[in-house]
Amino acid sequence: MKYDIVVIGGGPAGLAAAIEAKKNGVDNILVIERDRELGGILQQCIHNGFGLHVFKEELTGPEYAEKFITELKNMGIEYKLDTMVLEIGENKVISAINTVDGFMSIKAGAVILAMGCRERTRGAINIPGTRPAGVFTAGTAQRFVNMEGYMVGKRVVILGSGDIGLIMARRMTLEGAKVLAVAELMPFSGGLTRNIVQCLEDYDIPLFLSHTLVEIKGKDRVEGVVIAKVDENRKPIKGTEKHYDCDTLLLSVGLIPENELSKNAGIKLDSITSGPIVNESMETSIEGVFACGNVVHVHDLVDFVTAESKRAGKNAARYIKKEIKSEGKTAKTKPGDGIRYIVPHMVRPENVEDTLDLFMRVDNVYKDMEMVVKVDGKEIKRMKKKHLAPGEMESVKIKKEDLVFGEDAIITVHLEKEGA
Amino acid sequence: MKKHQLVCIVCPMGCHIEVEKNKDEYIVTGNKCPRGKAYGVKELTNPTRVVTTTVKIKGGLLNRLPVKTKEAIPKDKIFECMKFIDSIEVEAPVSVGDIIAKDILGTGVDLVASRSM
Ligand SMILES: Cc1cc2nc3c(=O)[nH]c(=O)nc-3n(C[C@H](O)[C@H](O)[C@H](O)COP(=O)(O)OP(=O)(O)OC[C@H]3O[C@@H](n4cnc5c(N)ncnc54)[C@H](O)[C@@H]3O)c2cc1C
Ligand code: SF4
Repeated sequence: MKYDIVVIGGGPAGLAAAIEAKKNGVDNILVIERDRELGGILQQCIHNGFGLHVFKEELTGPEYAEKFITELKNMGIEYKLDTMVLEIGENKVISAINTVDGFMSIKAGAVILAMGCRERTRGAINIPGTRPAGVFTAGTAQRFVNMEGYMVGKRVVILGSGDIGLIMARRMTLEGAKVLAVAELMPFSGGLTRNIVQCLEDYDIPLFLSHTLVEIKGKDRVEGVVIAKVDENRKPIKGTEKHYDCDTLLLSVGLIPENELSKNAGIKLDSITSGPIVNESMETSIEGVFACGNVVHVHDLVDFVTAESKRAGKNAARYIKKEIKSEGKTAKTKPGDGIRYIVPHMVRPENVEDTLDLFMRVDNVYKDMEMVVKVDGKEIKRMKKKHLAPGEMESVKIKKEDLVFGEDAIITVHLEKEGA
Repeated sequence: MKKHQLVCIVCPMGCHIEVEKNKDEYIVTGNKCPRGKAYGVKELTNPTRVVTTTVKIKGGLLNRLPVKTKEAIPKDKIFECMKFIDSIEVEAPVSVGDIIAKDILGTGVDLVASRSM
Protein backbone atom coordinates (compact mmCIF):
# COMPACT_ATOMS: atom_id res chain seq x y z
CA MET A 1 0.00 0.00 0.00
CA LYS A 2 1.15 3.49 -0.80
CA TYR A 3 -0.23 6.86 0.22
CA ASP A 4 1.00 10.42 -0.13
CA ILE A 5 0.03 11.20 3.45
CA VAL A 6 -0.73 8.79 6.28
CA VAL A 7 -2.31 10.28 9.41
CA ILE A 8 -1.94 8.23 12.59
CA GLY A 9 -4.88 8.87 14.92
CA GLY A 10 -8.44 9.86 14.01
CA GLY A 11 -9.12 12.35 16.82
CA PRO A 12 -9.74 16.03 16.15
CA ALA A 13 -6.05 16.55 15.36
CA GLY A 14 -5.86 13.79 12.77
CA LEU A 15 -9.18 14.74 11.18
CA ALA A 16 -8.32 18.43 10.84
CA ALA A 17 -4.88 17.63 9.47
CA ALA A 18 -6.24 15.21 6.87
CA ILE A 19 -8.95 17.63 5.74
CA GLU A 20 -6.51 20.51 5.43
CA ALA A 21 -3.99 18.39 3.50
CA LYS A 22 -6.70 17.45 1.03
CA LYS A 23 -7.80 21.08 0.70
CA ASN A 24 -4.20 21.85 -0.20
CA GLY A 25 -4.18 19.57 -3.16
CA VAL A 26 -3.13 16.13 -1.90
CA ASP A 27 -5.66 13.41 -2.73
CA ASN A 28 -4.08 10.21 -1.66
CA ILE A 29 -4.55 10.32 2.14
CA LEU A 30 -5.19 7.58 4.72
CA VAL A 31 -6.27 8.10 8.34
CA ILE A 32 -5.58 5.19 10.70
CA GLU A 33 -7.54 4.92 13.96
CA ARG A 34 -7.31 2.14 16.52
CA ASP A 35 -10.73 2.82 18.06
CA ARG A 36 -14.06 1.60 16.62
CA GLU A 37 -14.98 5.08 15.45
CA LEU A 38 -13.42 8.41 14.55
CA GLY A 39 -13.44 11.40 16.88
CA GLY A 40 -10.88 10.46 19.51
CA ILE A 41 -11.36 11.60 23.07
CA LEU A 42 -14.09 14.05 22.05
CA GLN A 43 -16.68 11.26 21.79
CA GLN A 44 -16.60 10.85 25.56
CA CYS A 45 -16.53 14.60 26.35
CA ILE A 46 -20.28 15.13 26.19
CA HIS A 47 -20.16 18.51 27.95
CA ASN A 48 -20.30 21.73 25.97
CA GLY A 49 -17.71 24.42 25.48
CA PHE A 50 -16.01 23.18 22.36
CA GLY A 51 -15.55 25.13 19.20
CA LEU A 52 -16.15 28.70 20.28
CA HIS A 53 -13.18 29.90 18.27
CA VAL A 54 -13.61 27.65 15.26
CA PHE A 55 -17.39 27.58 14.85
CA LYS A 56 -18.42 30.59 16.99
CA GLU A 57 -20.88 28.42 18.84
CA GLU A 58 -20.74 26.27 21.89
CA LEU A 59 -20.69 22.61 20.95
CA THR A 60 -20.35 19.38 22.87
CA GLY A 61 -17.39 17.11 22.13
CA PRO A 62 -19.37 14.67 19.96
CA GLU A 63 -20.96 17.54 18.01
CA TYR A 64 -17.56 19.06 17.35
CA ALA A 65 -16.15 15.72 16.26
CA GLU A 66 -19.12 15.00 14.04
CA LYS A 67 -18.61 18.19 12.03
CA PHE A 68 -15.10 17.05 11.15
CA ILE A 69 -16.06 13.43 10.58
CA THR A 70 -18.80 14.50 8.16
CA GLU A 71 -16.43 16.80 6.31
CA LEU A 72 -13.79 14.07 6.06
CA LYS A 73 -16.30 11.60 4.69
CA ASN A 74 -17.76 14.12 2.25
CA MET A 75 -14.29 14.79 0.92
CA GLY A 76 -13.80 11.09 0.31
CA ILE A 77 -10.73 10.79 2.52
CA GLU A 78 -9.93 7.14 3.24
CA TYR A 79 -9.78 5.87 6.81
CA LYS A 80 -9.33 2.57 8.58
CA LEU A 81 -10.92 1.92 11.97
CA ASP A 82 -9.98 -0.73 14.53
CA THR A 83 -6.50 -0.47 13.10
CA MET A 84 -3.43 -0.09 15.25
CA VAL A 85 -0.19 1.41 14.01
CA LEU A 86 2.66 -0.63 15.44
CA GLU A 87 5.71 1.06 14.06
CA ILE A 88 7.01 3.86 11.92
CA GLY A 89 10.00 2.35 10.17
CA GLU A 90 12.76 3.58 7.87
CA ASN A 91 11.75 5.70 4.87
CA LYS A 92 8.31 6.31 6.33
CA VAL A 93 7.09 2.75 6.01
CA ILE A 94 4.32 2.23 8.55
CA SER A 95 3.38 -1.15 10.02
CA ALA A 96 -0.22 -1.48 11.06
CA ILE A 97 -2.56 -4.30 11.94
CA ASN A 98 -6.29 -5.04 12.06
CA THR A 99 -8.55 -8.07 11.90
CA VAL A 100 -9.67 -7.54 8.31
CA ASP A 101 -6.46 -6.76 6.43
CA GLY A 102 -4.09 -8.43 8.90
CA PHE A 103 -0.58 -7.01 8.96
CA MET A 104 0.04 -4.11 6.61
CA SER A 105 3.10 -2.29 5.39
CA ILE A 106 2.16 1.16 4.21
CA LYS A 107 4.59 3.44 2.42
CA ALA A 108 3.89 7.09 3.12
CA GLY A 109 5.20 10.17 1.37
CA ALA A 110 4.59 12.13 4.55
CA VAL A 111 3.37 11.07 7.98
CA ILE A 112 1.25 13.08 10.40
CA LEU A 113 1.40 11.97 14.01
CA ALA A 114 -1.90 12.66 15.80
CA MET A 115 -2.00 9.99 18.49
CA GLY A 116 -3.23 12.26 21.26
CA CYS A 117 -2.36 11.69 24.88
CA ARG A 118 -3.18 9.34 27.71
CA GLU A 119 -3.85 9.85 31.37
CA ARG A 120 -1.32 9.41 34.10
CA THR A 121 -2.44 6.51 36.23
CA ARG A 122 -2.08 5.48 39.83
CA GLY A 123 1.32 3.99 39.04
CA ALA A 124 2.64 7.37 37.93
CA ILE A 125 2.02 9.03 41.27
CA ASN A 126 2.91 6.29 43.75
CA ILE A 127 -0.19 6.15 45.91
CA PRO A 128 0.42 4.05 48.99
CA GLY A 129 -2.01 1.41 50.24
CA THR A 130 -3.85 -1.63 48.95
CA ARG A 131 -5.25 -1.91 45.44
CA PRO A 132 -8.99 -2.20 45.81
CA ALA A 133 -11.55 -1.78 43.03
CA GLY A 134 -13.01 1.69 42.70
CA VAL A 135 -9.89 3.60 41.66
CA PHE A 136 -10.27 5.02 38.16
CA THR A 137 -8.62 7.67 36.09
CA ALA A 138 -11.18 10.42 35.47
CA GLY A 139 -11.12 9.81 31.71
CA THR A 140 -11.82 6.11 32.11
CA ALA A 141 -14.75 6.93 34.37
CA GLN A 142 -15.91 9.45 31.77
CA ARG A 143 -15.92 6.78 29.10
CA PHE A 144 -17.82 4.33 31.33
CA VAL A 145 -20.47 6.84 32.33
CA ASN A 146 -20.92 8.71 29.05
CA MET A 147 -20.52 6.00 26.44
CA GLU A 148 -20.91 2.56 27.96
CA GLY A 149 -23.58 3.54 30.46
CA TYR A 150 -22.03 2.26 33.69
CA MET A 151 -22.00 4.35 36.83
CA VAL A 152 -18.66 4.01 38.60
CA GLY A 153 -19.58 4.91 42.19
CA LYS A 154 -21.82 6.71 44.66
CA ARG A 155 -19.51 8.54 47.03
CA VAL A 156 -16.55 9.98 45.26
CA VAL A 157 -13.29 11.75 46.05
CA ILE A 158 -11.30 13.23 43.19
CA LEU A 159 -7.56 13.63 43.26
CA GLY A 160 -6.24 16.34 40.99
CA SER A 161 -8.07 19.36 39.67
CA GLY A 162 -7.34 19.14 35.95
CA ASP A 163 -10.25 19.86 33.64
CA ILE A 164 -11.24 16.24 33.27
CA GLY A 165 -11.41 15.84 37.05
CA LEU A 166 -13.49 18.99 37.42
CA ILE A 167 -15.85 18.00 34.66
CA MET A 168 -16.27 14.54 36.15
CA ALA A 169 -17.07 16.09 39.54
CA ARG A 170 -20.08 17.76 37.94
CA ARG A 171 -20.96 14.74 35.83
CA MET A 172 -20.99 12.36 38.79
CA THR A 173 -23.06 14.84 40.81
CA LEU A 174 -25.64 15.15 38.03
CA GLU A 175 -25.85 11.37 37.85
CA GLY A 176 -26.72 11.21 41.52
CA ALA A 177 -23.36 10.55 43.16
CA LYS A 178 -22.02 12.60 46.03
CA VAL A 179 -18.64 14.16 45.30
CA LEU A 180 -17.12 14.75 48.71
CA ALA A 181 -13.98 16.64 47.76
CA VAL A 182 -11.45 17.48 45.10
CA ALA A 183 -7.88 17.48 46.39
CA GLU A 184 -5.12 19.26 44.48
CA LEU A 185 -1.43 18.94 45.28
CA MET A 186 -0.45 22.32 43.88
CA PRO A 187 -1.48 25.66 45.41
CA PHE A 188 -3.51 26.33 42.23
CA SER A 189 -5.87 24.31 40.09
CA GLY A 190 -4.65 22.77 36.87
CA GLY A 191 -8.01 23.35 35.24
CA LEU A 192 -9.71 26.30 33.56
CA THR A 193 -11.17 28.81 35.99
CA ARG A 194 -14.53 28.53 34.28
CA ASN A 195 -14.59 24.84 35.11
CA ILE A 196 -13.93 25.51 38.78
CA VAL A 197 -16.92 27.84 38.73
CA GLN A 198 -19.38 25.75 36.75
CA CYS A 199 -18.32 22.28 37.92
CA LEU A 200 -17.41 22.78 41.59
CA GLU A 201 -18.86 26.06 42.87
CA ASP A 202 -22.21 25.47 41.16
CA TYR A 203 -22.57 22.24 43.14
CA ASP A 204 -20.84 23.25 46.39
CA ILE A 205 -18.06 20.73 45.93
CA PRO A 206 -15.07 21.69 48.07
CA LEU A 207 -11.66 22.11 46.43
CA PHE A 208 -8.67 21.62 48.71
CA LEU A 209 -5.54 23.16 47.23
CA SER A 210 -2.10 22.06 48.51
CA HIS A 211 -3.59 18.72 49.56
CA THR A 212 -2.72 15.18 48.62
CA LEU A 213 -3.92 11.67 49.15
CA VAL A 214 -2.13 9.81 51.93
CA GLU A 215 -4.14 6.61 52.22
CA ILE A 216 -6.66 4.47 50.40
CA LYS A 217 -8.71 2.26 52.71
CA GLY A 218 -10.44 -0.96 51.76
CA LYS A 219 -9.33 -4.31 50.44
CA ASP A 220 -11.76 -5.44 47.73
CA ARG A 221 -13.46 -2.09 47.16
CA VAL A 222 -12.45 1.40 48.20
CA GLU A 223 -13.97 2.13 51.62
CA GLY A 224 -12.45 5.47 52.28
CA VAL A 225 -9.53 7.78 51.64
CA VAL A 226 -7.43 10.12 53.72
CA ILE A 227 -6.17 13.39 52.36
CA ALA A 228 -3.80 15.81 54.06
CA LYS A 229 -2.40 19.28 53.55
CA VAL A 230 1.12 19.48 52.15
CA ASP A 231 3.95 21.83 53.02
CA GLU A 232 5.96 23.84 50.50
CA ASN A 233 7.98 20.71 49.65
CA ARG A 234 4.71 18.90 48.89
CA LYS A 235 5.15 16.61 51.89
CA PRO A 236 1.98 15.80 53.88
CA ILE A 237 1.71 17.72 57.16
CA LYS A 238 0.92 15.52 60.16
CA GLY A 239 -2.31 16.36 61.95
CA THR A 240 -4.05 17.81 58.89
CA GLU A 241 -5.59 14.51 57.75
CA LYS A 242 -9.21 14.47 56.62
CA HIS A 243 -11.05 11.13 56.38
CA TYR A 244 -13.72 10.49 53.80
CA ASP A 245 -15.98 7.45 53.58
CA CYS A 246 -16.22 6.84 49.88
CA ASP A 247 -16.43 3.96 47.42
CA THR A 248 -14.65 5.60 44.52
CA LEU A 249 -11.48 7.56 43.88
CA LEU A 250 -11.01 9.33 40.58
CA LEU A 251 -7.54 10.37 39.50
CA SER A 252 -7.11 13.44 37.37
CA VAL A 253 -3.40 13.84 37.69
CA GLY A 254 -2.32 14.88 34.27
CA LEU A 255 -1.98 13.78 30.70
CA ILE A 256 1.07 12.56 28.83
CA PRO A 257 1.45 12.74 25.05
CA GLU A 258 1.32 9.25 23.57
CA ASN A 259 4.76 9.00 21.95
CA GLU A 260 5.85 5.37 21.99
CA LEU A 261 5.66 5.28 18.19
CA SER A 262 7.61 8.53 17.85
CA LYS A 263 10.28 7.41 20.31
CA ASN A 264 10.82 4.09 18.55
CA ALA A 265 11.06 5.90 15.24
CA GLY A 266 13.93 7.95 16.65
CA ILE A 267 12.05 11.25 16.73
CA LYS A 268 13.56 13.75 19.19
CA LEU A 269 11.28 14.57 22.10
CA ASP A 270 11.15 17.62 24.38
CA SER A 271 11.65 16.55 27.99
CA ILE A 272 9.16 19.14 29.27
CA THR A 273 6.24 18.60 26.90
CA SER A 274 7.02 14.87 26.36
CA GLY A 275 6.11 15.54 22.74
CA PRO A 276 8.23 15.80 19.59
CA ILE A 277 10.43 18.80 18.98
CA VAL A 278 8.79 20.58 16.06
CA ASN A 279 9.49 23.50 13.77
CA GLU A 280 7.20 26.22 12.41
CA SER A 281 5.69 23.72 9.96
CA MET A 282 4.95 21.21 12.77
CA GLU A 283 7.62 18.97 11.28
CA THR A 284 9.51 16.72 13.71
CA SER A 285 13.23 15.90 13.70
CA ILE A 286 12.56 13.38 10.92
CA GLU A 287 11.97 15.13 7.61
CA GLY A 288 8.46 14.61 6.28
CA VAL A 289 7.08 13.43 9.62
CA PHE A 290 4.72 16.03 11.07
CA ALA A 291 2.90 16.08 14.41
CA CYS A 292 -0.09 17.92 15.85
CA GLY A 293 -2.55 17.99 18.71
CA ASN A 294 -2.03 16.42 22.09
CA VAL A 295 0.77 14.21 20.86
CA VAL A 296 2.91 17.38 20.66
CA HIS A 297 1.82 19.03 23.91
CA VAL A 298 -1.31 18.73 25.97
CA HIS A 299 -3.86 21.32 24.87
CA ASP A 300 -6.71 22.44 27.06
CA LEU A 301 -8.82 23.67 24.16
CA VAL A 302 -9.66 21.63 21.15
CA ASP A 303 -9.82 24.82 19.06
CA PHE A 304 -6.08 25.20 19.49
CA VAL A 305 -5.66 21.56 18.49
CA THR A 306 -7.62 22.24 15.32
CA ALA A 307 -5.61 25.33 14.41
CA GLU A 308 -2.32 23.57 14.99
CA SER A 309 -3.42 20.48 13.09
CA LYS A 310 -4.51 22.50 10.08
CA ARG A 311 -1.01 23.91 10.00
CA ALA A 312 0.46 20.39 10.13
CA GLY A 313 -1.88 19.17 7.38
CA LYS A 314 -1.17 22.10 5.13
CA ASN A 315 2.58 21.75 5.57
CA ALA A 316 2.51 18.02 4.97
CA ALA A 317 0.80 18.83 1.67
CA ARG A 318 3.44 21.47 0.90
CA TYR A 319 6.11 18.90 1.73
CA ILE A 320 4.60 16.44 -0.76
CA LYS A 321 4.54 19.22 -3.34
CA LYS A 322 8.16 20.07 -2.42
CA GLU A 323 7.24 23.60 -1.35
CA ILE A 324 8.92 23.59 2.06
CA LYS A 325 12.28 25.28 2.19
CA SER A 326 14.75 23.49 4.41
CA GLU A 327 17.73 25.79 3.88
CA GLY A 328 17.94 29.35 5.22
CA LYS A 329 18.18 30.69 8.73
CA THR A 330 16.69 28.93 11.72
CA ALA A 331 15.94 30.40 15.14
CA LYS A 332 15.32 28.43 18.29
CA THR A 333 12.58 29.38 20.73
CA LYS A 334 13.52 29.56 24.37
CA PRO A 335 11.22 29.93 27.38
CA GLY A 336 12.35 32.79 29.65
CA ASP A 337 11.29 33.75 33.18
CA GLY A 338 7.87 32.42 34.06
CA ILE A 339 7.41 30.36 30.90
CA ARG A 340 7.64 26.57 31.04
CA TYR A 341 7.79 25.67 27.40
CA ILE A 342 7.21 27.04 23.91
CA VAL A 343 5.95 25.19 20.82
CA PRO A 344 7.25 25.24 18.10
CA HIS A 345 10.88 24.80 19.12
CA MET A 346 12.43 26.00 15.88
CA VAL A 347 11.47 28.62 13.33
CA ARG A 348 12.53 29.02 9.72
CA PRO A 349 11.03 32.36 8.69
CA GLU A 350 11.06 31.42 5.00
CA ASN A 351 8.23 28.97 5.67
CA VAL A 352 6.13 31.32 7.77
CA GLU A 353 3.21 32.70 5.78
CA ASP A 354 1.88 35.85 7.48
CA THR A 355 2.23 35.21 11.16
CA LEU A 356 3.93 32.72 13.43
CA ASP A 357 1.90 31.42 16.37
CA LEU A 358 3.83 30.47 19.47
CA PHE A 359 2.03 28.38 22.08
CA MET A 360 3.21 28.23 25.67
CA ARG A 361 2.38 27.58 29.27
CA VAL A 362 3.41 29.61 32.28
CA ASP A 363 4.95 27.91 35.32
CA ASN A 364 2.80 29.44 38.06
CA VAL A 365 -0.25 31.60 38.70
CA TYR A 366 0.52 35.27 37.98
CA LYS A 367 -1.44 38.50 38.17
CA ASP A 368 -0.83 41.78 36.32
CA MET A 369 2.16 40.77 34.27
CA GLU A 370 3.59 41.74 30.93
CA MET A 371 4.54 39.10 28.44
CA VAL A 372 7.56 40.15 26.40
CA VAL A 373 8.69 38.62 23.12
CA LYS A 374 12.24 39.15 21.87
CA VAL A 375 13.66 38.08 18.54
CA ASP A 376 17.45 37.91 18.46
CA GLY A 377 17.62 40.14 21.54
CA LYS A 378 15.27 42.79 20.16
CA GLU A 379 11.91 43.35 21.82
CA ILE A 380 9.13 43.03 19.27
CA LYS A 381 6.05 42.63 21.38
CA ARG A 382 4.78 43.35 24.86
CA MET A 383 1.35 42.34 26.09
CA LYS A 384 -0.45 43.06 29.35
CA LYS A 385 -1.82 39.96 31.07
CA LYS A 386 -4.19 40.36 33.98
CA HIS A 387 -4.28 36.71 34.87
CA LEU A 388 -2.00 33.82 33.91
CA ALA A 389 -2.24 30.21 35.04
CA PRO A 390 -0.48 26.98 34.04
CA GLY A 391 -3.84 25.41 33.22
CA GLU A 392 -4.54 27.96 30.49
CA MET A 393 -2.40 27.85 27.39
CA GLU A 394 -1.15 31.19 26.12
CA SER A 395 -0.43 32.06 22.52
CA VAL A 396 1.46 34.87 20.83
CA LYS A 397 1.30 35.93 17.20
CA ILE A 398 4.48 37.23 15.61
CA LYS A 399 4.39 39.02 12.26
CA LYS A 400 6.57 37.59 9.55
CA GLU A 401 8.34 40.93 9.09
CA ASP A 402 9.46 40.79 12.72
CA LEU A 403 11.25 37.53 12.08
CA VAL A 404 14.56 38.98 10.97
CA PHE A 405 17.65 37.64 12.66
CA GLY A 406 21.25 36.56 12.26
CA GLU A 407 22.79 33.13 12.64
CA ASP A 408 21.95 31.05 15.75
CA ALA A 409 19.25 33.45 16.82
CA ILE A 410 16.92 32.86 19.72
CA ILE A 411 13.28 33.87 20.12
CA THR A 412 12.41 34.28 23.77
CA VAL A 413 9.24 34.93 25.69
CA HIS A 414 9.33 35.94 29.32
CA LEU A 415 7.16 37.53 31.99
CA GLU A 416 7.81 40.83 33.73
CA LYS A 417 5.88 42.39 36.56
CA GLU A 418 3.71 45.11 35.11
CA GLY A 419 5.37 48.51 35.34
CA ALA A 420 8.65 47.02 36.57
CA MET B 1 -23.64 49.22 45.94
CA LYS B 2 -22.22 45.76 46.16
CA LYS B 3 -19.52 44.67 43.78
CA HIS B 4 -19.69 41.06 42.65
CA GLN B 5 -16.54 39.35 41.47
CA LEU B 6 -17.37 36.67 38.95
CA VAL B 7 -15.58 34.50 36.46
CA CYS B 8 -17.30 34.59 33.11
CA ILE B 9 -18.00 31.00 32.05
CA VAL B 10 -19.35 31.75 28.60
CA CYS B 11 -16.10 30.85 26.91
CA PRO B 12 -12.81 29.29 28.00
CA MET B 13 -11.10 32.68 28.30
CA GLY B 14 -12.65 32.79 31.75
CA CYS B 15 -12.48 36.56 32.15
CA HIS B 16 -12.52 37.83 35.72
CA ILE B 17 -15.41 40.26 35.68
CA GLU B 18 -16.94 42.65 38.15
CA VAL B 19 -20.62 43.42 38.28
CA GLU B 20 -21.89 46.44 40.14
CA LYS B 21 -25.52 47.41 40.61
CA ASN B 22 -26.09 51.10 40.16
CA LYS B 23 -29.76 51.84 40.85
CA ASP B 24 -31.48 49.74 38.19
CA GLU B 25 -28.48 49.40 36.00
CA TYR B 26 -25.80 46.77 36.12
CA ILE B 27 -22.29 47.87 35.27
CA VAL B 28 -19.99 45.10 34.13
CA THR B 29 -16.24 45.52 33.83
CA GLY B 30 -13.36 43.18 33.00
CA ASN B 31 -15.23 41.37 30.24
CA LYS B 32 -13.36 40.99 26.96
CA CYS B 33 -16.53 40.76 24.90
CA PRO B 34 -20.24 41.66 25.07
CA ARG B 35 -21.27 38.11 25.99
CA GLY B 36 -19.47 38.60 29.28
CA LYS B 37 -21.63 41.58 30.08
CA ALA B 38 -24.81 39.65 29.37
CA TYR B 39 -23.52 36.79 31.50
CA GLY B 40 -22.69 39.05 34.42
CA VAL B 41 -26.17 40.54 34.52
CA LYS B 42 -27.87 37.19 34.06
CA GLU B 43 -25.80 35.49 36.72
CA LEU B 44 -27.12 37.98 39.28
CA THR B 45 -30.70 38.02 38.07
CA ASN B 46 -31.51 34.57 36.65
CA PRO B 47 -28.57 32.18 36.47
CA THR B 48 -28.93 29.50 33.82
CA ARG B 49 -26.86 26.58 32.54
CA VAL B 50 -26.88 24.28 29.55
CA VAL B 51 -27.28 20.71 30.78
CA THR B 52 -25.39 17.99 28.93
CA THR B 53 -26.00 14.35 29.76
CA THR B 54 -26.95 11.07 28.12
CA VAL B 55 -30.07 9.00 27.52
CA LYS B 56 -30.47 5.28 26.97
CA ILE B 57 -30.32 4.22 23.36
CA LYS B 58 -31.30 0.88 21.84
CA GLY B 59 -29.67 -0.49 18.74
CA GLY B 60 -26.82 2.03 18.65
CA LEU B 61 -23.06 1.64 18.57
CA LEU B 62 -22.98 2.65 22.25
CA ASN B 63 -25.34 2.23 25.20
CA ARG B 64 -25.75 5.94 25.76
CA LEU B 65 -26.65 8.78 23.44
CA PRO B 66 -25.25 12.19 24.43
CA VAL B 67 -27.89 14.94 24.65
CA LYS B 68 -28.03 18.60 25.65
CA THR B 69 -30.59 21.24 26.42
CA LYS B 70 -30.72 23.39 23.31
CA GLU B 71 -30.57 26.54 25.43
CA ALA B 72 -29.59 27.18 29.01
CA ILE B 73 -32.23 26.34 31.60
CA PRO B 74 -32.62 27.90 35.06
CA LYS B 75 -29.90 26.63 37.35
CA ASP B 76 -32.33 25.54 40.05
CA LYS B 77 -34.09 23.19 37.64
CA ILE B 78 -31.01 21.15 36.78
CA PHE B 79 -31.67 18.20 39.08
CA GLU B 80 -35.36 18.04 38.25
CA CYS B 81 -34.35 18.05 34.62
CA MET B 82 -31.86 15.22 35.16
CA LYS B 83 -34.57 13.17 36.84
CA PHE B 84 -36.86 13.64 33.90
CA ILE B 85 -34.13 12.81 31.37
CA ASP B 86 -33.40 9.61 33.26
CA SER B 87 -36.73 8.14 32.16
CA ILE B 88 -36.07 8.65 28.44
CA GLU B 89 -35.07 5.85 26.13
CA VAL B 90 -34.60 6.27 22.38
CA GLU B 91 -33.92 3.97 19.48
CA ALA B 92 -31.20 4.28 16.84
CA PRO B 93 -30.82 5.77 14.30
CA VAL B 94 -30.70 9.30 15.66
CA SER B 95 -29.17 12.35 13.96
CA VAL B 96 -27.33 15.14 15.68
CA GLY B 97 -29.81 17.91 16.50
CA ASP B 98 -32.87 15.62 16.60
CA ILE B 99 -35.32 16.66 19.30
CA ILE B 100 -35.37 14.01 22.01
CA ALA B 101 -37.86 15.78 24.28
CA LYS B 102 -39.79 18.99 23.64
CA ASP B 103 -40.11 21.85 26.12
CA ILE B 104 -38.66 20.08 29.14
CA LEU B 105 -40.32 20.98 32.43
CA GLY B 106 -42.08 23.86 30.78
CA THR B 107 -38.86 25.78 30.34
CA GLY B 108 -39.51 26.25 26.64
CA VAL B 109 -36.21 24.52 25.97
CA ASP B 110 -35.90 21.30 23.95
CA LEU B 111 -33.58 18.42 24.65
CA VAL B 112 -31.60 17.51 21.51
CA ALA B 113 -29.21 14.73 20.48
CA SER B 114 -25.61 15.86 20.42
CA ARG B 115 -24.39 13.18 18.04
CA SER B 116 -25.68 10.88 15.36
CA MET B 117 -25.87 7.22 16.15
C1 LIG C 1 -10.01 12.06 29.10
C2 LIG C 1 -9.79 13.34 28.37
C3 LIG C 1 -10.77 14.37 28.44
C4 LIG C 1 -10.58 15.58 27.78
N1 LIG C 1 -11.53 16.55 27.89
C5 LIG C 1 -11.39 17.69 27.16
C6 LIG C 1 -12.39 18.69 27.17
O1 LIG C 1 -13.36 18.54 27.89
N2 LIG C 1 -12.25 19.80 26.41
C7 LIG C 1 -11.18 19.99 25.59
O2 LIG C 1 -11.11 20.99 24.85
N3 LIG C 1 -10.20 19.07 25.60
C8 LIG C 1 -10.28 17.94 26.36
N4 LIG C 1 -9.29 17.03 26.37
C9 LIG C 1 -8.13 17.33 25.58
C10 LIG C 1 -8.44 16.68 24.26
O3 LIG C 1 -7.67 15.52 24.22
C11 LIG C 1 -8.18 17.56 23.09
O4 LIG C 1 -9.03 18.67 23.10
C12 LIG C 1 -8.35 16.82 21.78
O5 LIG C 1 -9.24 15.74 21.87
C13 LIG C 1 -7.02 16.34 21.35
O6 LIG C 1 -7.14 15.83 20.08
P1 LIG C 1 -6.12 14.81 19.51
O7 LIG C 1 -6.65 14.44 18.18
O8 LIG C 1 -4.75 15.36 19.63
O9 LIG C 1 -6.16 13.55 20.49
P2 LIG C 1 -7.27 12.44 20.72
O10 LIG C 1 -8.62 12.98 20.71
O11 LIG C 1 -6.81 11.71 21.94
O12 LIG C 1 -7.11 11.47 19.45
C14 LIG C 1 -6.02 10.63 19.24
C15 LIG C 1 -6.48 9.41 18.48
O13 LIG C 1 -5.36 8.65 18.07
C16 LIG C 1 -5.66 7.28 18.18
N5 LIG C 1 -4.40 6.53 18.28
C17 LIG C 1 -3.43 6.65 19.22
N6 LIG C 1 -2.43 5.79 18.97
C18 LIG C 1 -2.75 5.12 17.85
C19 LIG C 1 -2.11 4.08 17.09
N7 LIG C 1 -0.94 3.58 17.45
N8 LIG C 1 -2.73 3.60 15.99
C20 LIG C 1 -3.94 4.12 15.62
N9 LIG C 1 -4.58 5.08 16.28
C21 LIG C 1 -4.01 5.58 17.39
C22 LIG C 1 -6.50 7.23 19.44
O14 LIG C 1 -7.31 6.08 19.48
C23 LIG C 1 -7.33 8.51 19.34
O15 LIG C 1 -8.57 8.31 18.70
C24 LIG C 1 -9.42 15.81 27.04
C25 LIG C 1 -8.45 14.80 26.97
C26 LIG C 1 -8.61 13.59 27.63
C27 LIG C 1 -7.53 12.55 27.56
S1 SF4 D 1 -16.22 38.01 28.63
FE1 SF4 D 1 -16.27 37.19 26.54
S2 SF4 D 1 -14.13 36.57 26.19
FE2 SF4 D 1 -14.35 36.82 28.41
S3 SF4 D 1 -14.89 34.75 29.17
FE3 SF4 D 1 -16.80 35.86 28.81
S4 SF4 D 1 -17.40 35.25 26.75
FE4 SF4 D 1 -15.24 34.77 26.96
